[in-house]
Amino acid sequence: MQTKRAMILVSNDPESVRLGANELIQHLTEALTAYDLQGEVEISTLANIGTSNILPLVVVYPEATVYGPVKVEDARFLVEEHLYKGRIATDLVAPPKQLSGNIGWLRAHKGYNPAEQRIVLERAGRIDPENLEEFITENGYQALGKALSEMTPEQVIETIEKSGLQGRGGAGFPTGRKWKFVRMAKGEKKYIICNADESEPGTFKDRIVLEGDPHTILEAMTIAGYALGADEGYIYIRGEYGLAYRRLQHAIEQAEEFGFLGNNIFNTDFNFHIHLHTGAGAYVCGEETALIESIEGKRGEPRARPPYPVTHGLWNKPTLVNNVETLANIPAIIRNGAEWYRSFGTPSSPGTKVYTIMGNVNFSGVIEVPMGITLREVINIYAKGLKPGSVLRLAQTGGSSGSIIPASLQDTPMDFESFRKAGVSLGSGALLICDQNTCIVDLVKVLLQFFRFESCGKCTPCRVGTQRAYEIVDRISKGQGKLEDLDVLISLGQEMERAANCGLGQTAAVPIRDMLKHFRTEVEAHIRLGSCPAGICEMLPEVELA
Amino acid sequence: MIAPTIERDVSAIVQEAIEKHGAKRDALIPILSEINHALGYIPAEAFQEVRKQLNAEQEHVYVSKSQLFGLASFYDMLSTNPRGRHVIKFCENAPCHVVGGKAVWDSLCEALDLNNGETSADKKWTLVTTSCLGLCSVSPVVLIDDDLYGNVNPDQIDEILERYE
Repeated sequence: MQTKRAMILVSNDPESVRLGANELIQHLTEALTAYDLQGEVEISTLANIGTSNILPLVVVYPEATVYGPVKVEDARFLVEEHLYKGRIATDLVAPPKQLSGNIGWLRAHKGYNPAEQRIVLERAGRIDPENLEEFITENGYQALGKALSEMTPEQVIETIEKSGLQGRGGAGFPTGRKWKFVRMAKGEKKYIICNADESEPGTFKDRIVLEGDPHTILEAMTIAGYALGADEGYIYIRGEYGLAYRRLQHAIEQAEEFGFLGNNIFNTDFNFHIHLHTGAGAYVCGEETALIESIEGKRGEPRARPPYPVTHGLWNKPTLVNNVETLANIPAIIRNGAEWYRSFGTPSSPGTKVYTIMGNVNFSGVIEVPMGITLREVINIYAKGLKPGSVLRLAQTGGSSGSIIPASLQDTPMDFESFRKAGVSLGSGALLICDQNTCIVDLVKVLLQFFRFESCGKCTPCRVGTQRAYEIVDRISKGQGKLEDLDVLISLGQEMERAANCGLGQTAAVPIRDMLKHFRTEVEAHIRLGSCPAGICEMLPEVELA
Repeated sequence: MIAPTIERDVSAIVQEAIEKHGAKRDALIPILSEINHALGYIPAEAFQEVRKQLNAEQEHVYVSKSQLFGLASFYDMLSTNPRGRHVIKFCENAPCHVVGGKAVWDSLCEALDLNNGETSADKKWTLVTTSCLGLCSVSPVVLIDDDLYGNVNPDQIDEILERYE
């Protein structure tokens, strides 16, 4: 008997048959014959494995790849991709687990890792980041070619606007609208800036993109340059990211050599040049006007706004500032269209989000999933649960300027709209998961220490406010606080939110607000009982007045 | 008379940095970073030298010494004070803190007998805290010069420090 190299199993339970399993078998057989594979591949049947939403189901061995639902018209594609070309037909792979929300399609991973939907991180970790050819093989610079040869600048902007992409740096501003503002701004000279000054504590998603897929950013910036009428761009990368800097530098040289950057790109009259600029260690430079000041060779102190960078940015010219993750979505949207992008995520927050998970969990790292999944799902599925003996106490979302949420909010869908409604910030996508051994007062003290250290000192509400807030919380953590301190903290926070010049000062008090909103009893225990319920804070003996 | 070594070096290092990054306003921070990297910090003579070389008539970048000092004191990776041969940076932010960072920091301070920002008498070590380095999947994190140590626990500190001359 001839040995077969592969086997296709098709589910033939009544439900699958009703959905066309027999016709599917017929079409698979025909496709095998068409590719002359009938001697190498055998078709057999299998029972429904209990996933009724993805029938009919097809499993291909030896890889044990599960496809579903497979329609009759998919048969030829599946045979061509998997059995003829020998690569998994990713579009047809079945989701291994149904997640909440309207989350589109999830790609299955073999083995241990749960499914992700990778758009931003599509190539990161899969291609050699220093090899331009590998990037091109994986659809690289295709979007740029398409934009330059088939689309007008207006059409590019329209596509981005229709896709519903929102800024992934934290604020969630509609990207298409920002592009339109810069396009409409008066002036011959315009700039495109990529904000790669990723320094929100707990965030390292942009680093993964820059280190793993640097050409994506160059491609996206060049597309933006074409759409907005700019011929020059800057990548502002934080000084600590040495490897990412070298990879980008190498990528720029390669792209220039191959004509994807520089003059007459793709033999058109469009020119675009990219400069690489490093920061030197200042969190506040992630704020777009501080970043612009820093590029101009000044202290990174945020400007008063308005005017906004879209009209008065770098060297006072109209300037687009987009975050790395935002830009990394652009080529895929141009290639596949706005509608495709909208098939991921929720109607109000389309697309995916890259999260960094850390804290008292079994898996720390980066994941990319559709907008709208819940924190509980992230913890249980992607973080592989809390560490043994740990119980979820709280989570911090979005880095230091994000929100602290109690365990009771873990079923809120993570998308811009749902979070906004719950008064929570999605921020940069950092998810710090904390167990019962975390003291809220201690955590907030650490956050305020960060803000008072990173405050640039330009405006008084932030410079003095962060310092005073730290001192008060420090006192509380030592058992020397007073109940009146809590009122002072609240009014101090409100003033900072109203009067501070930039986002740093405006959000520095958010941890305090969240602490008193969700964990007031625990804070009061420090004051009333002079003890830390979690046993973390070191209490000083009571000061005796002479 | 031959100028003291330090002076000649500084002048050459500044010149090299300016040539590499260009005599432009937007190159100021890269130039200062380059000098900081070469000397370990930015001495007062270096500010003077940058000012002199950049303000030369053909360059047209008019910058004062105080502006340069203002830059160096603003950015965390630039130092205006001499530092030890090895600089230890410890991340003090929340992601490292909640997985045992405090104990690692205490252990570092004790092993080196230094507080935050101090340099040891023998000029071997400088100990500083830093904000998030973006290495949170392996927290707590300690960075010594360019060497990264992740998932550090207090018991490893002595062994890590012994690796440095």
